[in-house]
Amino acid sequence: MSDLVELSAAQAAERVRAGEVSPDELFAAYRERAESEELGAFLTVSDSGADDLAETPLAGVPLAVKDIFCVEDVPTTAASRILAGYLPPYTATAVERLAAAGAPMLGKTNMDEFAMGSSNENSAYGPVRNPWALDRVPGGSSGGSAAAVAAGLAPWSIGTDTGGSIRQPAALCGLVGLKPTYGSVSRYGMIAFASSLDQCGPITRDTTDAALLLRHLVDGGHDRRDSTSVDFPEPIELPSAERLDGVRFGVVAELAEADTIEPGVKALFDQTLARIEELGGSVEEISLPHTEHGLSAYYVLAPAEASANLSRYDGVRFGMRAGDGDLLSLYERTRSEGFRAEVKRRIMLGTYALSSGYYEAYYGRAQRVRTKIAEDFRAAFDRVDLVVTPTSPSVAFRLGERTQDPMAMYMSDYCTVPMSLAGVPAISIPAGLSDGLPVGFQITGPAFSENRMLDAAHALERAIGFDTSPPRRGAQAVAT
Amino acid sequence: MIDREQVLHVARLARLELSEAEVERMATELSGILDHIERIGELDLDHVEPTSHVVALENVLRADEPESSLSRERALAGAPDAADAGFRVPSPGAS
Repeated sequence: MSDLVELSAAQAAERVRAGEVSPDELFAAYRERAESEELGAFLTVSDSGADDLAETPLAGVPLAVKDIFCVEDVPTTAASRILAGYLPPYTATAVERLAAAGAPMLGKTNMDEFAMGSSNENSAYGPVRNPWALDRVPGGSSGGSAAAVAAGLAPWSIGTDTGGSIRQPAALCGLVGLKPTYGSVSRYGMIAFASSLDQCGPITRDTTDAALLLRHLVDGGHDRRDSTSVDFPEPIELPSAERLDGVRFGVVAELAEADTIEPGVKALFDQTLARIEELGGSVEEISLPHTEHGLSAYYVLAPAEASANLSRYDGVRFGMRAGDGDLLSLYERTRSEGFRAEVKRRIMLGTYALSSGYYEAYYGRAQRVRTKIAEDFRAAFDRVDLVVTPTSPSVAFRLGERTQDPMAMYMSDYCTVPMSLAGVPAISIPAGLSDGLPVGFQITGPAFSENRMLDAAHALERAIGFDTSPPRRGAQAVAT
Repeated sequence: MIDREQVLHVARLARLELSEAEVERMATELSGILDHIERIGELDLDHVEPTSHVVALENVLRADEPESSLSRERALAGAPDAADAGFRVPSPGAS
């Protein structure tokens, strides 16, 4: 069975269709690995999938689900103590749609508390280790989803991305991570962090698997339970491009040359640009003049929205309750004991930015910066088809290395935040290894250009030939 | 930039009870983050419209028809203290 773990999800689905393995056997093989893992990637593991899935589009290939998605009667915590013991009375649309397409849930994965973080160290249930180097972080906030797929504990997974939480962990774990155009995937049942930015997407071993999951995530279109969800204008195709002839790529001068980008990351970025040209694409420098302010705008807008969204955790209707005095002290004690440091920090920051006298200086200005960044992208896409940047300024850092310095941690999102603010789709693919650690290459396009973006990513993926398997062997060694 | 008094004021607005150590740390950390954020003050944004939402949507409505929703039992099932078909909390005046 162990060779099953080496297959991509699409390949596993082919084996199921060929009758070489049953969905049950596939589920059991992964379940065994997910149950005995020592990376801290899973918070819960499901008992079983459904057994009549062989004829479905996704053929019963099991799916790891970030613990931010509500699943009826399955513990859902967003990695927070404040939701300990919470059993949702309903299931998120994303999980429901993928299950209906034939991908049963294998389990719920660890994450930064309420998706706030870039290292998975903010989980109330312990950190996650990067299967490429066990003393390093897997990235975040979808760290458990990425580590699980990289280590072969799950064939594929879904996460959420608010400012980079799918793309950065995918980059740090040597995987493909895709943040769709805002609105493409319903947010119903996805625990809210910053509602105008949050978007669900796949973390997979290759671009074909990413396209397969995305196809079924957007299938069904507008969800009446999420008024911000929209119909995706065309079906998601499986990417097939092998060449990039005629495709114009823009390199963002402000991001690629920033001194926050590590030399090893920059070297692989430049190498990937050379590959684009070898495949027939053209590369030109473009400017997104306001992107350097993206991080500032993001760290006003996201905490502001979070401070409002997280006001619902008050110890009254669900989750934990603390305090035995009056109502105010019940609220305050519950929230103080239920939230960890980073969540408190962002609630404080957001509340401050929205408070009387500061609203216009922070929130109002940040919303205007957001407009400028979206305009920058629109102008860029008049000149080029796709824009490329490094995904993360650094490779996976050591556990504990950035926990004492919030600003250093926030810099992890430097290259991923601008696309979130503009609402455009972006994908990270592995570009290679720097000192044995994966480096991601980010491709972004105009709203709803996912098919074009996936095709370009596919052509590059073929040319790069990145081997995603080393951490799976490593993880097995750890588990035994 | 952001002092102890401001931290306590914001914590009260956010319904957070911070320990003495948390208050100290929060003042330092928030000041550091705000230092970075305040660079957006340098930009000329006078004639720029704010963006609150990236997808152009207006009044997404559905037909106003009654339909079944979460049962009362189900809605109360996760409550820390449910009583008399409602959520029980201490009196705002209790101490």
